Amino acid sequence: MGIELLVNMSYVAAAVLFIFGLKMLGSPATARKGNLVSALGMFVAVVITLLDQSIIDYKWILAGVVAGGAIGAIVARRVEMTGMPEMVALFNGFGGVASLLVGWAALYGFEANTFEMITIILSILIGGVTFSGSMVAWGKLSERISGKPMVFGGQRVFNILLIVAIIAASAMFTLYPESHLYLYLVIGLALLLGIMLVIPIGGADMPVVISLLNSYSGLAACAAGLAINNIILIVAGALVGASGIILTQIMCKAMNRSLSNVLFSGFSAVSAGGAAAKIEGEAKAMTAEDAYYVLEAAASVVIVPGYGMAVAQAQHVVKELQELLEKNGAEVVYAIHPVAGRMPGHMNVLLAEADVSYDLLLEMDAINPRMETFDVAIVIGANDVVNPAAREMEGSPIYGMPVINVDMARNVFVMKRSMASGFAGIDNPLFFKENTRMLFGDAKEMLGNIIKAFN
Amino acid sequence: MEIVFLAFILMLSIFLGFELINKVPATLHTPLMSGSNAISGITLVGALTSAGAEHSGLATILGTIAVAMATINVIGGYMVTDRMLAMFKKKGGAK
Repeated sequence: MGIELLVNMSYVAAAVLFIFGLKMLGSPATARKGNLVSALGMFVAVVITLLDQSIIDYKWILAGVVAGGAIGAIVARRVEMTGMPEMVALFNGFGGVASLLVGWAALYGFEANTFEMITIILSILIGGVTFSGSMVAWGKLSERISGKPMVFGGQRVFNILLIVAIIAASAMFTLYPESHLYLYLVIGLALLLGIMLVIPIGGADMPVVISLLNSYSGLAACAAGLAINNIILIVAGALVGASGIILTQIMCKAMNRSLSNVLFSGFSAVSAGGAAAKIEGEAKAMTAEDAYYVLEAAASVVIVPGYGMAVAQAQHVVKELQELLEKNGAEVVYAIHPVAGRMPGHMNVLLAEADVSYDLLLEMDAINPRMETFDVAIVIGANDVVNPAAREMEGSPIYGMPVINVDMARNVFVMKRSMASGFAGIDNPLFFKENTRMLFGDAKEMLGNIIKAFN
Repeated sequence: MEIVFLAFILMLSIFLGFELINKVPATLHTPLMSGSNAISGITLVGALTSAGAEHSGLATILGTIAVAMATINVIGGYMVTDRMLAMFKKKGGAK
């Protein structure tokens, strides 16, 4: 009893540390400390668990911790900031599979009653979906598989049948826990469901998927906690689950779409119906040198980065340009759309890596009201998040989505590799506006050329 | 009674999670995600008991793999979050 009480009281302490850690993660000034506080909570929970009397053999634990710790540390140290979205997806997946295995292993510990069987199955299901879904997301983000939505006829029917099959297999397994056939069936179907849920989602919707999978990984831990009757798993898992859901909501709102719309119908399905309005006009290209003359005379510049900046690894050159413009007496700020890039806050991390002060990174709602006052807006590898069609063209699939109104600035420079439409496959009338000039080419190279003109 | 007790804890934790995260600025969305992702590695605690308890051969194998996976999640998640947050700086004027 004595040790059990100590263990449980320490879990309370760990929960307090997690809560404070998460709270401190909410402000840039305390975030780093908050992460350490939360890590301390994890340390307390793990160490105290090792005192648990049911643990009699430490060698396998040691093997697992050493192997996992080494891999985790190496990956965390090596990963490029541009590779952050796929790494988060990968870690999500590992958390999910761990919960699946914990639920599975719980089957052998004791005679499970019906409630415990249900929680075990839940942790296997959620863990499995998290794992395979995250692996597909990882494949899409790292471009190992195509980032385009994969849709086939009868997909919806197939998914419904899949869910029915999962419920049936779970029910059979609860009734006949000795039969491993049903267990393997549940695991296999859960993995299949995870794949089916993520393949129809396109690259531009990845911020939503990552947030959702993040939430699932928490819920999986939570279900595993219910299965093995461990309170710290329930509390910590629920905290993560809730935070993931909030991020998911923020991302959906930023795209003016409901969660079910993101999950079940790619942009492609929508645009087929509403291609009513036609955009006419001619995009006007300009050279880096012309851009330099305008920028040299500008008193205020707003930079709008998108996924293209990440692809071109252009964040450091962007910072260089910012310094040159500031030396030239101009005010420079950045406007960040919530879904720019492939994960929530993607652009902010890249610019932080390039040493851009975070108070220069303005959110969409802060920048839009004063967009008219800017002499130049530079769009770097962003497309859909600056598309004025969202405001003006009722037939457009993205109509109603809040965008950064760069077209209201006096001059707009768009850096883009070609005239091809963005990830969502929608034409962008911004390119044909009177005040827009296109700089075709690799963003990094283009910025380099402008910087050369300054020197 | 046990079920009711667990359900209460679950409900309160979810509400607390919503309250905690609700007002996080967009700048911190990525570190928040990788940081909370590391917390979801708490499943490690469950894995430890499975790997260390002498139930059966299979449970030990499953537990050991779970320990390794969850440790990647925990160590990697916290380290990468720290690396990211170290870069977030606010500068007064020029550098």
